[in-house]
Order: sequence, then structure tokens, then C-alpha cells
Amino acid sequence: MSESLLINLSIIILFLPLLGFSIVVLLGKRFPKLYLLEVGILGIALLLSVALLLGKFTNYMTNDIVASFTWITMGNAPLVGSLNIELGIKIDNITAIMLVVVNLISFLVHVYSIEYMRGDKRYTRYFAYLGIFTFSMLGIVLTHNLLMMYIFWELVGVSSFLLIGFWFEKKSAADAAKKAFIVNRIGDIGMFIGILILFTHYKTFTFDLIFQQIADGNLPFGSDAWLTAAGILVFMGAVGKSAQFPLHVWLPDAMEGPTPVSALIHAATMVAAGVYLVVRIFVMLTADAMLVIAVVGAFTALVAATIALTQNDIKKVLAYSTVSQLGYMVMSLGVGAYAFAFFHLVTHAFFKACLFLGSGSVIHAMHHEQDIRNMGGLRKKMPITYYTFLVSTLAISGVPFFSGFLSKDGILAGTLAFGKLTGHWLIPLMAFTVAALTAFYMFRLVILTFHGKPKDHHKFEHAHESPFVMTAPLVLLAVLSIFIWYTPNPIAPDAGWFMKTWVKTPVQVTPLESRFNFMQPSREEAKVHGEVVHSVEYSEAIHWAHYPAMLLSLIVAGLGILIAFMFYQWKKLNADKLAVKLQLLYNFSLNKWYLDEAYDATAVHGTLGSSKMLAWFDNKIIDGIVNGSAWVTRFTSKLSGLFDTFVVDGLVNFSAFFSGFIGLSFKRLQTGKVQTYIVYVVFAVIFLLLFLKPF
Amino acid sequence: MSEFPILSLITFLPVLGMIIILFLPKEQPKTIKYLSIAITGLQVIMAFVLLANYNYGAAGINEENSFQFVEKFRWIHITGISWLGTVKVDYFLGIDGLSMPMILLTAIVSFIAALSSWTIDKSVKGYFALFLLLDTGMMGVFVALDFFLFYIFWELMLLPMYFLIGIWGGPRKEYAAIKFFIYTLFGSVFILLVMIGLYFSATETLADGSKVFTFNMLVMMNPANYNSDGILSAFNPNNLRFIAYIALFAGFAIKIPMFPFHTWLPDAHVEAPTPISVILAGVLLKMGTYGILRVSYPIFPDITRDLMWYIALFGMINIIYGALVALAQKDFKKLIAYSSVSHMGYVLLGMASLTTAGVNGAIFQMFNHGTITAMLFLIVGVVYDRTHTRGLNDFGGLAAQMPVYTGFVTVAFFAAIGLPSMSGFVSEALVFIGAFGVDSIRVLTMISTLGILLGAGYMLWTLQRVFFGPLNEKWASLNDLDKREYAMLIPLSVIIIFLGVYPSAMLDLMNTSVNSLVNFVSITLHSTTLSGF
Repeated sequence: MSESLLINLSIIILFLPLLGFSIVVLLGKRFPKLYLLEVGILGIALLLSVALLLGKFTNYMTNDIVASFTWITMGNAPLVGSLNIELGIKIDNITAIMLVVVNLISFLVHVYSIEYMRGDKRYTRYFAYLGIFTFSMLGIVLTHNLLMMYIFWELVGVSSFLLIGFWFEKKSAADAAKKAFIVNRIGDIGMFIGILILFTHYKTFTFDLIFQQIADGNLPFGSDAWLTAAGILVFMGAVGKSAQFPLHVWLPDAMEGPTPVSALIHAATMVAAGVYLVVRIFVMLTADAMLVIAVVGAFTALVAATIALTQNDIKKVLAYSTVSQLGYMVMSLGVGAYAFAFFHLVTHAFFKACLFLGSGSVIHAMHHEQDIRNMGGLRKKMPITYYTFLVSTLAISGVPFFSGFLSKDGILAGTLAFGKLTGHWLIPLMAFTVAALTAFYMFRLVILTFHGKPKDHHKFEHAHESPFVMTAPLVLLAVLSIFIWYTPNPIAPDAGWFMKTWVKTPVQVTPLESRFNFMQPSREEAKVHGEVVHSVEYSEAIHWAHYPAMLLSLIVAGLGILIAFMFYQWKKLNADKLAVKLQLLYNFSLNKWYLDEAYDATAVHGTLGSSKMLAWFDNKIIDGIVNGSAWVTRFTSKLSGLFDTFVVDGLVNFSAFFSGFIGLSFKRLQTGKVQTYIVYVVFAVIFLLLFLKPF
Repeated sequence: MSEFPILSLITFLPVLGMIIILFLPKEQPKTIKYLSIAITGLQVIMAFVLLANYNYGAAGINEENSFQFVEKFRWIHITGISWLGTVKVDYFLGIDGLSMPMILLTAIVSFIAALSSWTIDKSVKGYFALFLLLDTGMMGVFVALDFFLFYIFWELMLLPMYFLIGIWGGPRKEYAAIKFFIYTLFGSVFILLVMIGLYFSATETLADGSKVFTFNMLVMMNPANYNSDGILSAFNPNNLRFIAYIALFAGFAIKIPMFPFHTWLPDAHVEAPTPISVILAGVLLKMGTYGILRVSYPIFPDITRDLMWYIALFGMINIIYGALVALAQKDFKKLIAYSSVSHMGYVLLGMASLTTAGVNGAIFQMFNHGTITAMLFLIVGVVYDRTHTRGLNDFGGLAAQMPVYTGFVTVAFFAAIGLPSMSGFVSEALVFIGAFGVDSIRVLTMISTLGILLGAGYMLWTLQRVFFGPLNEKWASLNDLDKREYAMLIPLSVIIIFLGVYPSAMLDLMNTSVNSLVNFVSITLHSTTLSGF
């Protein structure tokens, strides 16, 4: 395959779902069967992206393929110079893999939804929305620059808004959609300012051009503090989209959307976009920025895991587990375990999609029951759902032979090495705690849902295994959660093709003094080939961490699973009693650390309050001044009116009166007789002559 | 230079229509309506003819020979009036990259407003006569290059607008109409004073070598044309340039409207009938910012540079303040009126940056705000026609009842929020790119980005209150859009999305002129010490 063929292929893959969306939106009302077209289009997109992956891996394993065009030309700008905005596509290995992941999950969700959404009154519209979402997500994956990233980033936000609020008649769904969009925008503002910093200095949005200049020692506004700031600000976008603390609050609410949507958007793809963004800007992150990212990720993972412990809604548990796992990926990038972060993104996409679709299957069977306290015993009724769910749970808990073990183990080793090299031991501590909590709450979920005795007999009687179009995606995703696809050795991820040949940690471009010591490349030639970049001490630390991390992760996962069984399967321990005993902690977890309440009391009420105050100010003061000056003008004009009537006009009338009076007094002089007038004239002349004589 | 006086034609075509309408019997409202739609439609066609013959490489701004479609001849020329000397006013029309987008906007918005006026049934004849007169006034402002002519067109807009609000408006129409009229007239007085001041400060050299005072704006832009004793000349140590700039700016700022001169806008919008709101938001608000770019910037480049930071500050206040006040509104039209205040703030911010990206963004934002807000007011009109209420809390669940309508609403709302793939995003992004690049206003720009968050807040909240949730049973019999409403909303949606995907279609049009303007304003000196005397 030639380069141009790959580029054309990627463009076709990108626009196919948009085409599907346009056709279905415009004609869906007349031809309700068009949803099948949308499903078919996704199938084609999937096939094409597999072809693209193969083409990339066979011919261009180490080369990236780039194509771009000028979107906006502003010519030779005064004082700035040539100013253009370019958009474009870059296909590297990560892009090629992501294309397949996104299209695969999207296709499976499409297929699954055929049955799950059947009977919905906006059935065709739903598939159109899935199409526009897929388009937006593929745009994020393909972009070679920050602006296009931001463009598709926002489009993903809108598709997510439409899908979360799909059942907009429900107030909770409409609220959740709005909340998701607005909370995301908070992160986006940070991201946008970060992009502005980079563009202002480099006059380009293209990743590689920016990185090249940083590598040449040209820092934003000449200081590495700005570089750190830019890194953290762009990362804020990821904090929103990948639901990191403190902006994670939208994701659990987003579960108001249809469950397949949760699988596609809020588990496998959209929320992974934030991690993908950090992957893209990884090489320009300074040590300070990386530390911030690591701490945010670790803390998010911990917070979400503690909340997931006590949730009773099957989707909420999965939502918090998603937040927690996303925290893992972000943390992994922060500690420099770049490849494992991306690896975890991929494995997580499969098993989490499987879990969500599995929960959808359960909800479907239980007639929209979502409370796990009313479930139980579904194992026999729904064997396929159960076993696929179990496989995915084993994967997420980090049990060997499953994909999650491989990626999680790598991340945990990375945090241990990071702790050893930098002394930040809190991060591995949090990471291992989260691993234990994850194993516990996931098995709590499995046991309460599928094991034991049914609690709601009526619903249980009616429960049944889902039809083929729903179970087939489950099986496929469960199969993809087994180690064999990634590595031949179930306990050594490094041995596999994924880590060995496909995904390589790139060389940092940050100045040597502002990156972690261990991020210095060990060999100069490695820099040229863009190969493994870590210092010798880092390799040693990773080597040192490998077995302890594996052992520890096995222990904590085993413990978590064991305790879950003790509580919920064998009832050796009583969860309710413990909850009463630890009332305070229990409520804190159940109420999600009271973050929603805190935001409501501060940010939301603060904004609305100041908005009301300003509206009052606008209406009473600003407009008051306007109306007041109008009143003053009218008042003055009335006064001058009075003045006019009584003084000015009074004078006029007075002078008229006066003249009248004079006239009246002198009218006797007018006799009408000529001789009298002659006498007047003569006297007047004499008077004048006498009077004027002195002159 | 076209021989054919197309600019005069596009400007005075509506007056021609008005005259015909005045001779039509008032018992034929349909004929009058069709005629008005035809006239405005013809205007759109002519605007596109202009576009097709437009030279993208010509800058305009301060050079007469790079203006296009120029028409210039002496209009008023009285020689030897005592100490006044020669009084000379030119009929001087011409366009460049600043005016071309505005002409397109005026033509399109007027046409759509004419379509929207179909529902007017009170004294149709008078309405459309005034409507067309207003159209001429608007078009004239964008093509005039002589300050006197510019001012005449500027004032020409006021009167029809006053009657259109005052007669065909809502319950408080008299109050709103008077407020609009007096407020803008108040601003016009300042413009008039500065215009006269400039007239007595700059002279034009005629072909016979004599120097005469002039209203020609291009002459006023060249520092060499100022007499050393003119009160608005920088060579005069007692010059009043600074005060004149403030006065002129205030005159224009009222029209934008800029905080704190904005309170006439919500009242005017709430009381005006839908098509007049469309015109008001779509075109009239652009007069202020256009005036600043066309008149204040190149004639007072020195003061402009000094006051950049303050213009940016007011831009920021408009953005944040408008958005916050919009958030508190309960009336659909008031909400959109305040959102206009917020969106025009981006124009101010972009202009204040004095960079290519910022000014391009500002003009593009003027165009986009015109189309997007026009669409928003049409959307309010659709629901108001059916329910006779605009209370945001009186609705609920309309999305289920009117799905197609809601589709258009979603497009318009997300365009207003600045969603990429819609035109508003590109202009706002360019404004931010431009403004962020200037050290002195970087902090103001960062604060202004909060506007895109607040914008999402009030728009989505409105979407939720009106369209989501359970359907309010009162409205269970509302019909979805009819054909006429399609005809108004589809073109606007297409423009919004087309320019969002392919912004160069508009940006290329203005780019040469903007570069020239930015260059001119950045380097032109107006002082004795530096100009080499």
C-alpha cells in the first residue's frame, strides 16, 4: 500500500460515519430502515481500518504518514509574518490501532443496539447520533494538530450531549447532558488557553512542528515555566473529557444515556480521548507537568475507587470504575510509563465495553432494573452474559491470563520505578490500593448480580438471555480480553508484539534540565530512531520493579477478590454491619465525597447568584441611569416650559401690554386733522434744532 | 472599476421599491409583500454579483484606487461662502474587504426579514415602505466613503426603525421606540460634531491646485492633509484628537451596543416585531463596530493605539457581563438580546488586538453574529407566533412535539455557543488567537474565555427549559415548521455550517484589507516630532 492510499483510506474511514449521519438525519423519517445503512457503514469503516492497520504495519512500521492542507490563509500579517492555519492527518502506529479500536467498538455497539433500542420512538435518530459520534472520535484519533484536536474534541462533546440526553423527556437525562457539556467546557477552556500559548509562540498548531521547535530549544515566551503551563493547561482538556478529579462528576451522571452509549462513549472511546491527548503531547511535558499529571491521575483513581465500593446502581459502579481506570492511565503517563498507558487504554476499551454491554444485557432482561440489590442468581438464566462479564471482571481486576493483568502490571511497575527514582512513593501506594479496591468492588458487583439467590422474584422469572445480536458482541469483546492477542507469554507484556514493536515511548523534546533525569535517552542513536528513551537507571528501576510489582499486584487483587467473596458470597462478614460501624466513611463514599453538593453550593450557586445580581444591577442601576437622565431631561424641559410660559412669554406679553398702554395714552394725539400734525412737526423741528445746536 | 453604478443600484433599489409600494393600493397586501420579497431578493442577487466580480487582492482602507466599484462625483459644491471657503461634499461610494462581508450580510438578512414579515397584517403598505427605506439606509452606510454621506445614511436608518418599533411593536412599543431613537440620536450628535471638526482640520488638494475642506474619509486618513491649525490635527498643540476620538467612539459604541450603553437593546428587541429584531440584531448592531473600523481606526490611528487596552477591557466586560445577565433572563428575546451584548464583545476584543487574526476574527464575528442571531430571533418568532408567549418557563418538552424545529434550534444554539464546524467558532477562535498574541491584553483575553463557558451555560439551560423535559400539555397541538419557515431557516443554517467548514470563503474576502488596515493603524504617525517635519 502506498502512502497516499493509506491517507485516502483514512479520509474515507473518517467521513463514512458522517455520511451515515447525514443520510439518516435527513431521510430517516421517511425511511426508518435506514438505520441498517448506518450499521453497514460502520462495518465497512471497520474493515477499512483493519486494512489500514495491516498496510501500516507491513510497510511503514516505523514511519509516520502525514498529509495536511491549509485551512485558513491570512497572508503576510503585519508585525507577525506569514500566518496560516493548517489542518491535517497523521497516521502513526497509535493512530492505526485506535482506528480499529474505535471502529470495532462502535460497530459492535451499533449491532448490539439494533436489539437493545428496538421499539424506541426515536430509533433511527439514535443510530444517526452514533454515527456523528464515531465521526468526531475518529477525527480526534487522526489529527496531526492541536486545532483539529480541539474541533473534534468539541464535536465529541456535542455528540455526547445528544446521546446522554437522548431520552430528554426525563429531567435527569437532560440535566446530565447539560452537566456533561458544561463541566467538559471548563476543562476545554484550559486546553484552549494552552493551545493559544503554543500557537502564539510557534505560529502553528501542528504537533510535530511545535515539538521540533521545542527540541531546538525554542521555548514558549522563552521560559520552561510557560512550557510547563502549556502542558498542564492542555492536560486540563483531558481532565474534563477523561473525567479526572475534580471534573469527573459528569461521567456518573452520564449513565442516564442508553447503556450501549455508555459502553461506546463513556467507557471505551470518548473518555479515552483525554488519555489519547496526553499521549499526543507527552513529549513536551516537563517534569513538573508530569508530576501534576501523575498526582491527578492517582488521586482520581483512588477517589473513584472509594466511591465505587458502595454504589448500588450497576451502571454507576461501572462508571466509577471507568473513572478509576482512566485515572490509572493518566497516572501512568505522568510517571513516564507511556506505552503501558496506551496499552491499558486499548485493553480497558475492550473489557469495559464488554462490562457495560453486559450490564445492558442484564438491565434489558430485568426490565430496566438497575439496582444490584434487587438482582442475584442471574448466572443460570443468562449464562453468556455471565461468563463474558466474568472474563471482563477478571481482566479489570488484574488476574493473570487476561489482558488487564498485562497492562495494569506494567503501570504498577512504572509507578514503583517512579517512586524509587523520584521518591514520590505515595503514587505507587495509591496505585496498589486502587488495584485492591477494584478487585473488591468488581467482584461485589458480579456476586450481587449473578450469584446467590434472586431478590426480586417477579423480575427474575421474566429474565432471559439476550438475543444473538446482543450476546455476539459480548463474546467477541470477552475474547479480546484474553492475553493471547497481545503477547504469547501471559505474564510478560514486554514479550508481546504490542509493546515490543507497535508502541514505542517517544523521545522527550523538553530541555534536559526541565525533564526528569530518568527521561534522558540512554543512547544518542536511540534519539535518532525515536526508540526507547529511558536512561540506564530507569531501565534498571523498571527491571527492579518488575517482579515486586507483579507479586504485589497479584496479592492485592487476590485479597480484594477474597474479601468480596467473604462479604457477599459466603457471608462470613456482614457488609451492612460494617456500614453502620463506619457510618461516616460509608456515607462519604455513598454520597460521592459530597462533591456534587459542594459544586452546587459554590460554583453553580455563585454563578447564578452573581448573574441575578448583575441582572438587577443592569435593570435598576444602568438602565436606571438612562431612564433617570430621561426624567431629568423631561423635568428640565418642563421647568423651562414654565419659564418660557411665565417669564419669556410673560415679557413678550408685558411688552405687548406696555406698547398697548403707551399707544392708548398717546392715541389722543391722533386727531386726524392735518393742521394739528403740522403744529406737532413744527414744534418738533424747533425742539430738535435747539437740542442739537451745541453739536 | 465598473462603469455600471452597481453600488448605487444595490443601495437605492429598496427606495425604488418603496416608491412603487406607495403607489400601490393598500387593499393589495399580498402584492406589496411579494414585491418587497422580490426587491430584497434582487438585492441578494446583486450582492452575489458584486462578490463574483470582487477583486480579492485589492486592499481599500485608505487608498482610493484600490477601492472597488467606485462611484465618485461632486454632489454639493458651493464655492466662496465667506470665511468658510468652498463647501464640497462628494457622492463617493466604494467597497473593500471591510464592507463586502457587511453588504452580503445586509442583503441576506434583509431578504430573510422580508420573508419573516409575511405575518405582518397591520398597515402593510406603511410597514414595507419603511422596511425598504431602512434597507437603503443600512446598505448606504456600508458603501459610503464620504463622511457626510455616511452620516446621512446613518441617520436615515433611525427614522424607519423608530416607526417600525413604535407602530408594529409589542405592548411597551412607544417606550422602546423612543428609547432607541433618543439614545442613538444622542450618539449621532457626537459623530456629527467630530465630523465637522474633521472637516475643518483636513484639506483636499483639487486638480487645479487649490486646497479645500472635505468630508472625504480617505483624505482624513492621511496625516499630511491636516492643517497645522486644525483642531483635530496632531500638529496643533491644542488639538482635541483625544476627546474627539472618545466622542466618536461613544457615538459608535451606543450602536454596538457597548456596556454601559446597551440597555436600549433588550427593550427594543422585546418590543420589536420578529423581522425587525432580526434586522436589528443582524445588521444594525454591526454599524457601531463597522464605524469604528472604517472611521475611528484609520482616521485616529494614534489614539487607537493608545486606547487599545481600554477597548479590550470593554470587550471583556461585554462578553462576561452580557453572558451573566443573559443567564438570569426569563424572557426568550431578552436572553438573546443579552447574548448579543456578549457576542459583540468578541468583536471589540478582536478589534482591540490590532492584529490580523484578531481583526479578521472581529469582522468575521460581525458577519456570523448577524446570521446566527438572526436565526435565533426567527426561532423565537416561530414559537411566539404559535403560543404568544416568550417566557422561558412557560414551555417544556417542545423537542418531542416539534422535532424539526428543535433540529434547527440545536444548530442555532450550538452555533451561538461556538461549536466547531459552525461559523461562530472560527471567528471566536481567531479573535482569541489575535488578542492572546498581544502582551498587554493577554490577561483580559484569558478572562474573556470564560464567556465560552457561560455561553454554553445560558444556551443549554434554555434548550433544556424550552425543549427538553416532559411536554407541557398546553402545547400538545403545536405544528412543526411550515414551508415559509423552512425558507428562512435553511439558508441561514447552510451559511452557518458552510462558513464553519470553509471559513476561507469569507476570510479571503476581507484578508487583504484587514492586513492593510492593521498595517496602516499600527504604523501611521500623527505627530510633528516623528513625521519628519
